[in-house]
Amino acid sequence: MAKVQGAIVVDVERCKGCEVCIPACPTDVIELAKEVNGKGYHYLYMANPDACIGCANCAIVCPDGVITVYKVKKIVKI
Amino acid sequence: MDIKDIVKEENLVYTKTKLMTDNILSYCPGCGHGTAHRIIMEVVDELGMQEDTIGVAPVGCSVLAYEFMNIDMIQAAHGRAPAVATGVKRTMPEKFVFTYQGDGDLAAIGTAETIHACNRGENITIFFINNGIYGMTGGQMAPTTLPGMRTSTSPYGRDLPSMGNPLKITELIAQLPGTYFVTRHAVHTPAAVRKAKRAIRKAIELQKENKGVTFVEIVSNCNSGWKMAPVKSNEWMVENMFPYYPMGDIKVDGELVEKK
Repeated sequence: MAKVQGAIVVDVERCKGCEVCIPACPTDVIELAKEVNGKGYHYLYMANPDACIGCANCAIVCPDGVITVYKVKKIVKI
Repeated sequence: MDIKDIVKEENLVYTKTKLMTDNILSYCPGCGHGTAHRIIMEVVDELGMQEDTIGVAPVGCSVLAYEFMNIDMIQAAHGRAPAVATGVKRTMPEKFVFTYQGDGDLAAIGTAETIHACNRGENITIFFINNGIYGMTGGQMAPTTLPGMRTSTSPYGRDLPSMGNPLKITELIAQLPGTYFVTRHAVHTPAAVRKAKRAIRKAIELQKENKGVTFVEIVSNCNSGWKMAPVKSNEWMVENMFPYYPMGDIKVDGELVEKK
């Protein structure tokens, strides 16, 4: 069985912490960090990276285009 | 599996298009302008038209669009973007020419230019971002402001007898014989963005056929002007803006779409 595993990379300094991506994520992977970036915005990070399926929904709705999405298919033996 | 094993060049699914520059967008957090800029540039990139595209930026929040879109651009006087685009398209008919305008620019000060460019049937594409408010100047009432909506110049809500009715400029220009494709979309969810992107692609491809104006309205939020958090403003937009400005095609292939 093949399982899809995704990952996102956030451009922390460009993220404005608007949270528009958070309801767009179907598997609740992303959250805003407690820390802030250089501009004082709480930036996005992967709180639950194992659940990411690399669907790129977050990147598609991101107004500032800060999210880059990667995806691999991994083989899981049952 | 470690993130380092996934984040590799060959596994890339999505990244910001090269047609958006690396300048940090001047828009407020959560503003739909950024998404609209990006999907227009993605379509131009996918069609390989970077060299052949000329954009006209308006006055308003998106006045600095030329800083963010990595194509040839002109910044027009307030509301005059369709007139400037007319001149560019007539001089260089082989180029793809578009204007990118907000509601204060297109539906208020530029109403005459918009209507006459559409009525002449110029072969240009107009992208219209409608957020029902003047965002840049401090949230004043715009022609597209909804009935009862609070703005800094209508603090008790828009009163129709004294302030007039909201202007449905998209429906208005769809009546003109010079327009060929008129549609309305939004960019608040992934599904909406994908639909809007398809409409933008269609508008760009139709311009090559020289059939007339192609017009894409994008209903957007203005969280600063509406005084809401970005996610809340998107919800408010779905509840209040969409009933008044319904999504979908208004005119396809030169024929008005019958509303059921």
